[in-house]
Amino acid sequence: MKVLMFGWEFPPHISGGLGTACDGLTRGLAKHQVKVLFVMPSASGDEDQSAVRIINASDVAAFQNREEARELIEKVQFLKVTSNLIPYLGPDEFTEQVDLEREKEWNEFRISFGQKFKFSGKYGSNLMEEVMRYSLVASAIARQNQFDVIHAHDWLTYMAGIAAKRVSGKPLVVHVHATEFDRSGENINKQVYDLEKRGMEAADRVIAVSNLTRNIVINNYHIDPSKVFTVHNAVDFSTVENREITKGVPEKIVTFLGRITFQKGPEYFIEAAYKVLQKIKDVRFVMAGSGDLFNRSVRRVAKLGISSHFHFTGFLRGEDVKNMFAYSDVYVMPSVSEPFGISPLEAMKANVPTIISKQSGVAEVLDHAIKVDFWDVNALADAIYGLLTYPALSAMTVRCGLEEVNALKWDNAAMKVKQIYESLKEEKS
Amino acid sequence: MKKTLCLYFQVHQPYRLRQYRFFDIGKNHDYFDEFANKTIMTRVASRCYIPANRIILDLIKEFNGAFKVAYSISGIALEQMEQFAPRALESFQELAQTGHVEFLAETYSHSLASLISPRKFKDQIKVHVKAVEKNFGQKPKTFRNTELIYSDTIGEMVANMGFTTMLTEGARHIMGWKSPDYLYVNALNPKLKLLLRNFRLSDDIAFRFSDKKWADWPLTAEKYAGWIAGALEKDDMVNIFMDYESFGEHQPASSGIFDFLKAMPGMILNHTNLEILTPSQAAAKHQPIAPLNVPYAISWADEERDISAWLGNELQTEAFQNLYKIEDQVRKSNDPDLQRDFRRLQASDHFYYMCTKFFSDGDVHKYFNPYDTPYEAFINYMNVLSDITLRTPKQ
Repeated sequence: MKVLMFGWEFPPHISGGLGTACDGLTRGLAKHQVKVLFVMPSASGDEDQSAVRIINASDVAAFQNREEARELIEKVQFLKVTSNLIPYLGPDEFTEQVDLEREKEWNEFRISFGQKFKFSGKYGSNLMEEVMRYSLVASAIARQNQFDVIHAHDWLTYMAGIAAKRVSGKPLVVHVHATEFDRSGENINKQVYDLEKRGMEAADRVIAVSNLTRNIVINNYHIDPSKVFTVHNAVDFSTVENREITKGVPEKIVTFLGRITFQKGPEYFIEAAYKVLQKIKDVRFVMAGSGDLFNRSVRRVAKLGISSHFHFTGFLRGEDVKNMFAYSDVYVMPSVSEPFGISPLEAMKANVPTIISKQSGVAEVLDHAIKVDFWDVNALADAIYGLLTYPALSAMTVRCGLEEVNALKWDNAAMKVKQIYESLKEEKS
Repeated sequence: MKKTLCLYFQVHQPYRLRQYRFFDIGKNHDYFDEFANKTIMTRVASRCYIPANRIILDLIKEFNGAFKVAYSISGIALEQMEQFAPRALESFQELAQTGHVEFLAETYSHSLASLISPRKFKDQIKVHVKAVEKNFGQKPKTFRNTELIYSDTIGEMVANMGFTTMLTEGARHIMGWKSPDYLYVNALNPKLKLLLRNFRLSDDIAFRFSDKKWADWPLTAEKYAGWIAGALEKDDMVNIFMDYESFGEHQPASSGIFDFLKAMPGMILNHTNLEILTPSQAAAKHQPIAPLNVPYAISWADEERDISAWLGNELQTEAFQNLYKIEDQVRKSNDPDLQRDFRRLQASDHFYYMCTKFFSDGDVHKYFNPYDTPYEAFINYMNVLSDITLRTPKQ
């Protein structure tokens, strides 16, 4: 079994959880004898290739000659972002218009024979252009390599996946780590939504990282439920060591760690903190992270008059994150919408009792985290109070939580993914 | 000599707690979910207690006393019946008046006191005995502990209180090759006779009756009576013990459970060598065959048949120990409201809700549990306990 996999990033240079998940998944697949060709827009050369072969899209020319370009325009021309939809056009005029477009494309392509495109692989302002270029390169890669299945991670790579499918005729799996609804709430970016929907529609199978995400795929993208499967993420803690640290304050510490944006529910954490502080004083709350609700959060804390017990650290990275966990007595993730959510697992791994919202995908795999509805500030406050006040509660969540987290293995997740690949092969034959 | 079938039904409803947040501590002493408790009691009364009692009454009349049953009704179930479903209570009293129904003693609160202190255990039994006398006009001679929890020392305490018979589980790990279908005695005090639940035949009704995937579904009265008669070809007695709520609540009326109940005694009594007796009659009639050694507590719950459903994890033990820390002061307090609330908090159900075993198995646990997770159950209970501790006068 050989898989052509399209990702956007891969450790060590990552900016989010996607790269880590791709790393874990491909390692798991390698253990199940699945070979992975991992394509990414901009590889740095220091990626660990023990489990995958990395193809750097920046090193690949989209097409070498006239025939390839022709084929591409025939098969992949739909990928252009420009829309052919012009209102009030008769059929003849429409055909004419399409031919015109095609000719324009052809002219554009001709210039770039043998040319390579330098991807940034970041999430910058020319992201859309990179996404489209990536799909052109993807079709070249698909032509040059042998594989059984195509697997594309998140919307940035869906077009690449579709292009590879068109060129090779192999089945496509798209893997939904997050949707536009998780990123933007109800005010979604229509362009991104459309790309996501096209990817899911073109896919033979859709993998969602939680049942929560699966439901979004089915209900908000109107995808046939019979082809959408949940494979929960796992986590690889083999290199993590817990640290002992001396706190500078005698009080217990309750921590929020994440982007301070609407989706992460920082305001619920603040309101719950206020309620807890009405009852007990020997506790401090820490909000670690940055985001567009940062200023508002600081103002709210000041207005509630709890600033002496509520602290903002700004954005934390690397060592500071580990230290923050070591400082914490309770970790809270009150996310409004979280496709999966790795950070509670990191907290539990660091022996921190953890509270998560029921609206997070990770809630589906955890028994030993306390679960509350994100909007239920009273329940959240009560859970924080309980963990701070009743020793048996924190002792048991820590002990059982650690066992639970250690049991979440990428091997198992990869096995499920492999079964999905195999079902596609069977369908083919 | 005739062989014996003994039927005993448990009637119990806890006072469920309302959602009690930490900011209520020290301010609000209203712990119980009146709406849920009332709703459940009235529902169970109309689905189970009243229609089932009607059938039992008819059967007693029909067989002119040859049909008998025993009940144990916890004190807090009696209280709730009085409060929310007086007609159900009356129908039990009507059964008592026939003279063919035995009422057993237990701890008033359906508590786990037998596992912590002989004195508390004894006190609670006395309160329950009084309630039985007041409601049903008979003094219990037979004892059944919460969830059939039993050990040699618990049995000895019960014997010392003057009870002659006690019911418990015919747990496989205790019985080994022995059959539960005989009379046994306590290992420390042979005066206390033991009736052991035949769990297979009991669960055929209580758990499997409406299970269409069960190979023996549908269970007819005739088939069942055949099984009983088969077991009694060799053995002395079969003890069918179960929750009364099996009739009409756990097994819905639509499953035919009431028709089964109506038909079953007749089918049994058709066998001329079989009779139906109450626990104390059965214990008086048969010869004990051996003392039963039970060094560690057993119960009728789960696969393990031990006490791990209530005191199996650190949440449960912490809550349990904290509860009984204030017991002395509550008893001395002369505050009837405090004592009433404290009694209700002792019900074993509150600890059952904190059981973490059901993460892996336990549809039964889920059915009985108003909380989504044991952690929620624990937090809520501990908040209430914090408040009642504050209410309790310090010495």
